Amino acid sequence: MTTSEALLTVNNLSVGFHTDRGDVTAIEDVSFEVRAGEILGIVGESGCGKSVTSRSIMRLLPKRNSFIGPQSEIQFDGHNLAHADERTMRSIRGDRIAMIFQEPMTALNPVFTIGWQLDEALKYHTTLDKSQRHQRAIEMLKAVEIPNPELRYHEYPHQLSGGMRQRVVIAMALCCDPELLIADEPTTALDVTIQAQILRLMDQLRRKTKTAVVLITHDLGVIAQICDRVIVMYAGQIVETAAVRSLFKRPQHPYTKALLESIPKTGREQHQTRLPTIEGIVPSLFELPAGCRFQDRCEFRQQQCVDQEPQLGEEVDGRKVRCFFPLSEA
Amino acid sequence: MWAFVFRRVIYNIPVFLAIVFMVMWILSYRDPVPAMMGKNASEEEIQSKRVELGLDKPLAERYVTRLKEIVLLDFSQELWTMPGLTVGELLRQAVPISLALTLPALFLTTVISVCIGLISAYARGRWLDRSLVFAAVLGMSISFLVYIIFGQYLGSYQLGRLVNRPIFAIYGYEPGIQNWAYYMLLPVMISVIVSMGYNTRFYRAVMVEETTQDYITTAWSKGATTSKIMFVHMLRNAMIPIITRVMITLPLLVTGSILLERYFGIPGMGEALLNAINNNDFPVIEIFSSIFAGLFICSIILTDVLYAVFDPRVRLQ
Repeated sequence: MTTSEALLTVNNLSVGFHTDRGDVTAIEDVSFEVRAGEILGIVGESGCGKSVTSRSIMRLLPKRNSFIGPQSEIQFDGHNLAHADERTMRSIRGDRIAMIFQEPMTALNPVFTIGWQLDEALKYHTTLDKSQRHQRAIEMLKAVEIPNPELRYHEYPHQLSGGMRQRVVIAMALCCDPELLIADEPTTALDVTIQAQILRLMDQLRRKTKTAVVLITHDLGVIAQICDRVIVMYAGQIVETAAVRSLFKRPQHPYTKALLESIPKTGREQHQTRLPTIEGIVPSLFELPAGCRFQDRCEFRQQQCVDQEPQLGEEVDGRKVRCFFPLSEA
Repeated sequence: MWAFVFRRVIYNIPVFLAIVFMVMWILSYRDPVPAMMGKNASEEEIQSKRVELGLDKPLAERYVTRLKEIVLLDFSQELWTMPGLTVGELLRQAVPISLALTLPALFLTTVISVCIGLISAYARGRWLDRSLVFAAVLGMSISFLVYIIFGQYLGSYQLGRLVNRPIFAIYGYEPGIQNWAYYMLLPVMISVIVSMGYNTRFYRAVMVEETTQDYITTAWSKGATTSKIMFVHMLRNAMIPIITRVMITLPLLVTGSILLERYFGIPGMGEALLNAINNNDFPVIEIFSSIFAGLFICSIILTDVLYAVFDPRVRLQ
């Protein structure tokens, strides 16, 4: 692994929400870095804080009911995005950090043409004139392999299929050559064939443009396909981080191990057994247990896990784990 | 699109025919003649008046005659209560007067309510939003009559005393653009205030709905400014509910406001219709109701057409 300089450094990020039942912390003490050109996967169950993490980087969470902890730092090219003003954020959003969302069916504005929506991003961040922007938009539509780009340019989102719309969203995100692309479950809403196409496309494009990608997913299969490094989140915390290969080969956190075991495998010997699942559910953020947050579902629980809260350990061989008793062998 | 409009018009013809028929049928249970002739009219006189007004003919025949007039836009019937004045002349007098009141009121109400709705939705949950919603609920909970009475007392009487010359008329009307503010501004303001509560709440709900849409998050993520998001991305999508609401009220522009016209003595359509009903002036009642029915049907068809203009997903077939 090349130890190129970090493009984005997240330190101590904690984000909370004001709710009717009082304030609640959605993610806590999240620290990681994204290096130029790499694909970093963030994986976890629903509600573990993946999307909150990604949206905080873009500062897309509603100010009305969310807050970022004062100690939090999101360093990006000399700016602390965690506490940057709206002007700074506006100049970064879409230009230097772009985002792809989960639901291609609703991510595009239904009353504007594809072309208008591509043009909008270019208008905000480039000095190109109208015809140059048009040219660039067509180029981008070609780059994401949309057939008949000239025709599609004038069409509305409802005239495109889900896969095509997600391509448009990707084109829109990449049209200003961002240094970082945040993809929040970009393939979850698509069927498997389209999913594979989209992943391949994203991989190709980021190789071409050297864009770093933060890929959020609940699908370890997706992580295995294209990520370099992976962060496993559970109940608002990072529980393990490692290079993809070593994580799959030797998970250290019991949660990671359980996640890996619950992936269906194709092989004769697996056919007869029931697919293992992780018993229980993610604890509610209002009723987090003292001690380790995974204790209720962990098959290796000890007394210490109940009494004390584990911290994310020091980096060893490029990996960190939040567990008193990390697993040594898979 | 024209095929669509044509088909919708055809579909609505039975509706229109039924409305006209129902009005005439209900009216046929009333006998306006004795009241017109006074206490001392003889039976023969009453009978000859009936013949003169055409009331001796069966309902079906009168219905066909009236329909023919309406379809040919023939409004030359004389008023029963004011011989010499035709329904057409009455329309020409009353419609502009009503429009002078309702048009500015609708325009101001819509523009102001949409803006307040946008601001309120944008500041959702904060004190500004809360006070706006509170004011809207308060505003719509007070009766129209209270606004009229207080408007006349404060706006006309007290304000006039304060500056020692009348600013707003309490009652009455004179034609002419130079007299508009004196007679109309106060009713217009009252009308705006009365409808603002409902409208603001409605438009706020529409806008709040918009702020939660995925494509709005996409727009933020592209680096759009707050005003671009509010006035381009959100407003364009909100056009459909806004249009529906405005279009539904369009016929009311012509019908006028019975309450305001009555209390301020403005001789518009509302006042004319109310007088016609009180005095059993059948031609006016029948023709006015037909015109209103036609306008409502047209505005509904026009609403559908405008949907297609503002929402590319809507196809008219």
